[in-house]
Amino acid sequence: MSEILLEVQNLKKYFNVGKGQTLKAVDGVSFQIERGKTLGLVGESGCGKTTVGRTLLRIYEPDGGKILFDGKDISRIRRTEAKALTRRMQMVFQDPYASLNPFFTVGEIVGEGLKIHKLCANEKERQERVYELLQMVGLNKDHANRFPHEFSGGQRQRVGIARALALNPDFIVCDEPISALDVSIQAQVVNMLMKFQQDMGLTYLFIAHDLSMVRHIADQTAVMYLGTMVEYGNTKEVYSNPLHPYTQGLLSAVPVADPDYEKAHQRIPMDGEVPSPVNPKPGCRFCARCRNATDVCRSETPQLKDVGAGHKVACHHVQS
Amino acid sequence: MTNSGISGVSGVELKQEDFVRLPKERNLSDAIVRPSVSYWSDVFRRIRSDKVAVMSLGIICIISLFAIFAPILCPYEYETTDLLHTNLAPCREHWFGTDSLGRDQWARVWIGARTSLLIGLGGAIVPQVIGIFLGGLSGYFGGWVDMLIMRIIDVGVCIPSLVYVTLIMLWLGSGPAAIILAIAITGWMDSARVVRGRMLQFKNREFVLAASTQGAGSLRIIFRHILPNILGQQVVSVSSAIPGAIFLEAYLSFIGLGIKSPMTSWGQLCQVGASFYRLYPYQLFIPGLLISITILAFYLFGNCLRDALDPHLRD
Repeated sequence: MSEILLEVQNLKKYFNVGKGQTLKAVDGVSFQIERGKTLGLVGESGCGKTTVGRTLLRIYEPDGGKILFDGKDISRIRRTEAKALTRRMQMVFQDPYASLNPFFTVGEIVGEGLKIHKLCANEKERQERVYELLQMVGLNKDHANRFPHEFSGGQRQRVGIARALALNPDFIVCDEPISALDVSIQAQVVNMLMKFQQDMGLTYLFIAHDLSMVRHIADQTAVMYLGTMVEYGNTKEVYSNPLHPYTQGLLSAVPVADPDYEKAHQRIPMDGEVPSPVNPKPGCRFCARCRNATDVCRSETPQLKDVGAGHKVACHHVQS
Repeated sequence: MTNSGISGVSGVELKQEDFVRLPKERNLSDAIVRPSVSYWSDVFRRIRSDKVAVMSLGIICIISLFAIFAPILCPYEYETTDLLHTNLAPCREHWFGTDSLGRDQWARVWIGARTSLLIGLGGAIVPQVIGIFLGGLSGYFGGWVDMLIMRIIDVGVCIPSLVYVTLIMLWLGSGPAAIILAIAITGWMDSARVVRGRMLQFKNREFVLAASTQGAGSLRIIFRHILPNILGQQVVSVSSAIPGAIFLEAYLSFIGLGIKSPMTSWGQLCQVGASFYRLYPYQLFIPGLLISITILAFYLFGNCLRDALDPHLRD
């Protein structure tokens, strides 16, 4: 029996961009993550992946919907409760160059949460904990007195991970933690994240645009397009049997390290541009680029529907 | 390639025996060789290695020391008149000569330096502090606070600063405090705008978001995370605002709005000296030269400080 740690129902986040216009960054997204599992969230730039992650952590106030964390709705809690919640929900940021304060030593960065939540009895105990965390992520205690600019990108991202682990959270939002790193380092970081998941029973929301990496790490995969979720299901199922034309297009664009396959392989072209998420028209958001689009796609917004075994698709042309 | 040999471009034959396998040292690539240096010690190191910075700082120090000690050590009072010895040229008794009332110019110049430097520092720091506070508030909290402060500034900058200055001088009289207040009332607006912009820029940086996901409150975010990142630039703008304030004081005194006799300042000395400069040029040129040297030194030092504080130039 696995329990649901995080359940998101119909989450909405709109940004006011002036002149009465609204940017619907996240418009009705629902998903759930079981304890100890990973949900991979994929989609192209600007589709609202990061906004979902940040809204879960209450960096942004949600404009609608519910966020049930461990059975409790955290979408409308007060500041003090939100502070207590930071012990259980953490985030690894995308850009390891921007996410570390240049004026703090690595030890201060990693130990800041411990200090804020007064988790250590004294300075020495905190020091020990910081050393332990640095060792866990493959750095050593000499690094604690260094400043971020002295580290490489991969090392910085390790510092970011150590910071996220410092408070012993249950749930970590990994917001494209590897997209700023080069490929050899990506594998190290992802494997490290997977090891921590096993050792500590962590639950991840893994945001990425690298489909093969998501396949490697995620138990479930959700595909977002322009603030809405278009397909959602077990990773194996989504990758082997993509039903939404957008998912099909994305997957066919993944390069395979096999020249013969690549030669024979026909990519599904996706023409056109991503429409603006400001004041979106009704109807399927993907219809302007979709090969199968018909009139119903332009007038009615498709809902996510279950096509069996938890595999959900938002497309008028997929029969359940 | 065969095992027997690889022929290089230059024709050198390399055999496999020529290669030695080095033991793989653990994490050699991860080692950091450079000794750990904190940001501020790095700044000091760079200032020390910059000749212009050291020289201008030296000049500022020397002038400040003279301003502090010269009037104490001088046998003459700056306000005591001696009608038997008026308008003397510099001599052994009176190093900078005397003015038209027989007051010792050496004493007056260094008392004037006190006033001018005080106004320079106060006129640079006070508006900056107000500007950081209000601009920071405006940028961090946004909303109606931002709206209110920005509209006040929009209206405030429309009125020429000389209007404020004149009104304040009429109201408070002509002391150093009145001049500093006058400078502060006009000067905070610019720095508030700059700080607000920087605040907006830093507020959404990932490391600030990271601090808030760690549970940091607003105060901690502002004072520990954002301000240290902004402060360097503001220190530079203080050091380049000092000459502006000194010059403004000199200008106000010169047109008769500033410091009044018997109290004195460099600007006031110049004003008095200017009326007789054909007969007694040293009465104008000595304080004039000191103003120029001091302003130049502060400008040069401000420039060097900006370079030293710029994190992009760290080596």
